Amino acid sequence: MIRPLPILPLARDPASRFLPWLIAFMVWLAGLALAAAMQLSTASDAWVKGVAGRLTVQVVPLADEAPAALDARVARALSLLRGTPGVARAEPVPREAAAALLEPWLGQTGLIETLPVPRLIDVVLADAAPVDTAALEARLAAAVPGAALEDHGLWLAKLVTLADAIELIAFAIVALIALAAVATIVFTTKTGLAIHREVVELLHLIGARDGFVARQFQAHAFWLGLKGGGAGFALVAATVALIAYLAGRVEAGLLPPLALGVREWGALAAVAVAVALIAMVTARITVIRALARMA
Amino acid sequence: MTEDQDVVRFQNVGMRYGLGPEVLHDVSFRLRRGSFHFLTGPSGAGKSSLLRLMYLGHRPSRGLISLFGHDIATTPRGALPDIRRRIGVVFQDFRLVDTMTAKENVALPLRIAGASAAQIEEHVPELLRWVGLDDQIDTRPPTLSGGQKQRVAIARAVIARPALLLADEPTGNVDAEIAMRLMRLLEELNKIGTTVVVATHSEQLISRFDHPQLRLDGGELAVLPAPRPAPAPAADLRGAESA
Repeated sequence: MIRPLPILPLARDPASRFLPWLIAFMVWLAGLALAAAMQLSTASDAWVKGVAGRLTVQVVPLADEAPAALDARVARALSLLRGTPGVARAEPVPREAAAALLEPWLGQTGLIETLPVPRLIDVVLADAAPVDTAALEARLAAAVPGAALEDHGLWLAKLVTLADAIELIAFAIVALIALAAVATIVFTTKTGLAIHREVVELLHLIGARDGFVARQFQAHAFWLGLKGGGAGFALVAATVALIAYLAGRVEAGLLPPLALGVREWGALAAVAVAVALIAMVTARITVIRALARMA
Repeated sequence: MTEDQDVVRFQNVGMRYGLGPEVLHDVSFRLRRGSFHFLTGPSGAGKSSLLRLMYLGHRPSRGLISLFGHDIATTPRGALPDIRRRIGVVFQDFRLVDTMTAKENVALPLRIAGASAAQIEEHVPELLRWVGLDDQIDTRPPTLSGGQKQRVAIARAVIARPALLLADEPTGNVDAEIAMRLMRLLEELNKIGTTVVVATHSEQLISRFDHPQLRLDGGELAVLPAPRPAPAPAADLRGAESA
C-alpha cells in the first residue's frame, strides 16, 4: 500500500505518539491469549490421541496370594479380554515398567518387589467395533476377582471440557481486546477530527469527497496500527520464547512441551496485521460518520 | 434571462444559525452565468452568511437554493462535492493550511480534483507568480503577511477555473496596486465566463467598477443596478477596503 502524501499533519498529534504503544500492548495481550489457546488445543489433541481407544485393566493382589495365583488370574483376564470382540490387543504391562512408574516416589530400591503392586494390562480397542465397557467390566469382575477396568474416556472427557472452556475464554479475551482497540481508534480519530476540524471543513468546502478526507485518517491509522502490531508481535515472540525456555527447565514432564508451529506463528503475525486493518476500517467509518453530519 | 442560464437562484431563502434568530429573510435573486456582482451592506448585514449559503457551507432554514440548475435540497449528498468543485471561495479569514507551503495550499483544489503532479507543477507556480508571490512559493502561511495570505487564498480559489467565484473582502489586506491587480484577475476570470460575487463594504471600491450590487441590510436583499464607474487613483482602494 502506497502511503498518500498527507494533507492533515496527523503524525504531529499527541495520539500518534502513544497509540502505537497502546496497540502493541493490546497485541501482546491478545497474542498471549491466542498462543495459550493454540497450545492448549495442541495438548488436548495429543491427550485424546494418546489415550483414545485404550483401556487399562488392573488386577489387584488378594490377601496372602501367591505370585503364581496372581499370574493365573492375570492370564484369565488376558484370555477373556483377547476373546472379546472389539479388542484388538491386550498385553500385560511388564513388572519392570510398572516399577519404573513408581520409581519417582519410591526410588531405586528393592522395596517395589516386596509391595503388593497391582498388575496392569494394556488394552487396545479396534477402531471399527465399539466395545461396551460397562458390560466388559462386569464380565471381568465375575471371571477374575479383584480385576477392575479403567476407561480413560471419563477423565479425558472432563479434561477436554476444561481445555475447551479455557480456549473459549482465551478467544473471548482476544475479542474483548479487539473491541478495546476499536474504541481506542474511535477516540483518537475523533480527537484528530477535533484538532484538524478547520482543515477538514476546508477540504469539505472545496469539494473533497468524504472518502478523500477519510483516506487521510485511515492511512495514518493503518501505519500506526502496523507499527504497534509489529512491536506487539515482537513482544509476543519474546514472551513465548521465555516461557518455552522456563517450561523446558521443568523436569518430570509435568508440562506439555511448549512449541508453536509455523501455522501458530502465522496466526500470531496475523493478529498484528489484523489490528492494523481494524484500525484502518475503524478510522474510515468514524470519519465518514462524522462528515455525514456536515452540511 | 432563462432559468438554465442561472448559476445561482435563491427563492424566498431564510437562514438561521441553530435555534438563533433568522439572519437572512426571504432572500430572492438570480445570478446569470458570466455576471459580476458586488455583495454590499454594513457589517453584520449578512454578507458572509449569504456567501456561506452559496458555497454550500450552510443549509437554509427555508426557501429554495439552486446552483448550476441543481436544487440543493433534493441533490443527493454524494453529488455535492462536484458542485462545490465548480465554486471557488476566497474566505475572509483565508483558511490556509498552516502546515503546507503556499504552493501546496494553492494546489489543494487540484489535488482534490485528482490532477497530476505535472499539471500542478505547471499551473500553481505560474499563478503564484501572477499574484506576486513567486518568491514565497515554499513559504508557509504563519510567516506570510496578511496581504500575502490573502493572495494565496485568491490563487487557491481561482486555480481550478471555477464557474462561480465567491470572494469575501478579497482586497481588504493588500496595497492599492495589488488590490487593482487582484480585481483585474477577477475581471479576467469573469470575461471567460466565471460568475463572480465580491463581498465588500467599501463604496469606493464598488464605485471603481461597472458592476451591479446585491445589497444586504438587516438580512434583507435588494438588487441595485451597476453605478457609473468613476476611475480614481488606485491608492484610495486600500484605505477604502480597510476602513
